[in-house]
Amino acid sequence: MRELALNILDIVENSVKAEAKNVLISVVAEDNLLTIVIKDDGKGMDEEFLKNVTDPFTTTRTTRKVGMGIPLFKMAAEMAGGEFSITSTKGVGTTVTATFVLDHIDRVPLGDLAETMVTLLNDDFPTDYLLKVSVDGNEYEFDTKELREQLDGVPVNEPEILLFVKDMINENITHIGGAKI
Amino acid sequence: MKSIADIKAIRDKMQSEIILRDNSDSEAETRVVVGMATCGISAGARPVYNTLLDEVATRGLKNVKVTRSGCLGMCKLEPIVEVFVPGQEKVTYVEVNPEKAKQIIASHVVNGNVCQDYLIKE
Repeated sequence: MRELALNILDIVENSVKAEAKNVLISVVAEDNLLTIVIKDDGKGMDEEFLKNVTDPFTTTRTTRKVGMGIPLFKMAAEMAGGEFSITSTKGVGTTVTATFVLDHIDRVPLGDLAETMVTLLNDDFPTDYLLKVSVDGNEYEFDTKELREQLDGVPVNEPEILLFVKDMINENITHIGGAKI
Repeated sequence: MKSIADIKAIRDKMQSEIILRDNSDSEAETRVVVGMATCGISAGARPVYNTLLDEVATRGLKNVKVTRSGCLGMCKLEPIVEVFVPGQEKVTYVEVNPEKAKQIIASHVVNGNVCQDYLIKE
């Protein structure tokens, strides 16, 4: 993956598959450490599955016997001097946490979070997202519940609306200094 | 700086359009589906998806829906885009990039000509 935002998209797809209603995506850059947390209220995993979930040969998919999403994210963290953890409770949800040393030479750039959010926003999948980005204490929050309220029944995946949302997230993340991560 | 409150203007415009559309023919919707599993994402499905959205928005295409799916089992051929035109057979495009995505909208979705070069080769 060329961007951490692509890893985020990939991990959040797991949450969507786990029928999560709410997903928190938190990106915090502070004191030379980047922390990415993805927390969902999906169906969770049992202990047995969780134990092997970072193994590329563990997957729920039926088209292939490999599942690379979590292993790739873990690798991205570990090769940038960071750590990876995943906790899950059956019926409650799953939390994925990855840290990265910001100025590590092998740290993958954060990339286009706005595009990732817009790709996830879709009425075919009624998941709500809360994106929290914080760069040296400057914060930006994007809540799709608030967006849906404002839209008052207009489908969120109208291309015109998605383009607006993409520009809005980009502007705000750049404003708090997120473009440099 | 844009905020969520600014969406009101677009919303009001869309609301009237959507009523018109729903009254006309809701079954005539063309669906453009992008594979968005790990294989698709790492091969560049996200820029393809966003290019498709851009094209649909800037051309003002109505009754065209861009959406995403999981892995189709042909990971090597990702990014994969499927086009469902009502009343016609599904068309599957492989190894799509943003340039090809534009072409698919222009020639297939708008003008009804399948892009033969982007289909699976034997």
